[in-house]
Amino acid sequence: MPEKVGKATIKLGSSPSVYAFAAVGSKKEEEGPLGKYFDIIQQDSFFGQSSWEKAESQMQKQAVSKALEKGSLAPGDIDFIFAGDLLNQCTGSTYGLRELEIPFIGLFGACSTMAESLGLASLFVDCGAAARCAAVTSSHFCSAERQFRYPLEYASQRAPTSQWTATASGSVIVAKDILPPYVRSVTFGTIEDLQIKDANNMGAAMAPAAASTLIQFFEDTGTNQENYDLILTGDLGFVGSRLFRELTAKKGYPGVAEKHGDCGLMLYDRENQAEIYAGGSGCGCSASVLCSYILPAMREGRLQRVLFMATGALMSPTVVQQGESIPSIAHLIYLSAQPWQEKGEGSSWNG
Amino acid sequence: MQWMSPKEYEKMNQKASPPTPVWKTVPMAFLFGGIICTIGQLCSMLYQNLGADLETASASTSITLIFLAALLTGLNVFDKIAKIGGAGCLVPITGFSNAVVSPALEFKAEGLVLGLGAKMFVIAGPVIVYGITASVIYGILCRLFGW
Repeated sequence: MPEKVGKATIKLGSSPSVYAFAAVGSKKEEEGPLGKYFDIIQQDSFFGQSSWEKAESQMQKQAVSKALEKGSLAPGDIDFIFAGDLLNQCTGSTYGLRELEIPFIGLFGACSTMAESLGLASLFVDCGAAARCAAVTSSHFCSAERQFRYPLEYASQRAPTSQWTATASGSVIVAKDILPPYVRSVTFGTIEDLQIKDANNMGAAMAPAAASTLIQFFEDTGTNQENYDLILTGDLGFVGSRLFRELTAKKGYPGVAEKHGDCGLMLYDRENQAEIYAGGSGCGCSASVLCSYILPAMREGRLQRVLFMATGALMSPTVVQQGESIPSIAHLIYLSAQPWQEKGEGSSWNG
Repeated sequence: MQWMSPKEYEKMNQKASPPTPVWKTVPMAFLFGGIICTIGQLCSMLYQNLGADLETASASTSITLIFLAALLTGLNVFDKIAKIGGAGCLVPITGFSNAVVSPALEFKAEGLVLGLGAKMFVIAGPVIVYGITASVIYGILCRLFGW
């Protein structure tokens, strides 16, 4: 059963298992360092569809279908699906998943949606409301560009602090099972806003949220970075990562930098891939890095304890044009290769 | 987050954020803008050699550059040139052409009326609005002061 620990952390006593997972990407993701770990790579960024929104929907459907296939499951075996994306009305999710006929809970947490959906799916399983839940998110460079920025063919130069929206999707199935990794706890973040107004610098807008959630988790559980193998943020990119490390160091955790990795910096090779600038971003960025690389590494035992913290800039282009700043959020999922134990090793936050 | 003020954070942000590499972008804009204007000049000279007067040659040059930029936008080339040339490609009339053609291409998925038609001037619209406003004001001033 879930148990609240401290201010914002929920310990999941039954340690729901991340039973199956799948990652889908496109050409640029394949060219990146993690390309070979993806389950599906579509060279055609239209995914065989006639518009970018339809392409994203198709991609998300493929991610869920692949995860179901890997877990030898049918859509009917899933009790609830938690899904979201960056588009208005969560188009990628609603249109992508409508044929599956799984009870659907649509979420918007911008790029933090993977942690939000995985956290809620795990909670449903832990409290016994469901035997199996799915969590999925996606982002598509082209659908995001046309909604948030400019037409694709518009001749604009990007700022060095800007990030490349990943054309990717990641899906996980959470179940009561004995397959690692396990979800040990979830920490839901607060909305943070340190008055960053530059829509081309989302990393800077999101770093305070990531720092705040991580510190809250440390305070709730009485642990620190030494207890974990990896502290993985969603898509802070180069600028946001630097600020995140500075913020956590200022608050008394200088060691975070040594354990910190960022999905936005892992998905692409900033030096050798064109136009990545400060790194990758989008719901699909953290989702695909988690599902292609991190979860398999945990299942194989190469990583033991990981704090997965997807970060989202809750930006409305309309309100930013009105002069408002960009609020941000980060949710944290504590993943472990071992479930909670009754006593001894694995029974406390520290070990 | 009460332990960090927006002011203090802004200082950290400015230190962490790489600036636009102006030592590279400004000379490139100068070069590409210059190349486009040279092409324009060559067009103008060509049309005059073919017998057009200066006014007709100038108008024809504008039309030629607009056409070329629209064509290159449609061929998915113009944005790639502009990635290097920056404002050098935007400031001449070529930028205006691209600003009209690119949303027309992008939004044709939503139909000819509500997509292409309605969104075509979404970027160039302000230029037209303020361009016309400025010309009206200038016209009134000319009339009043007999310029």
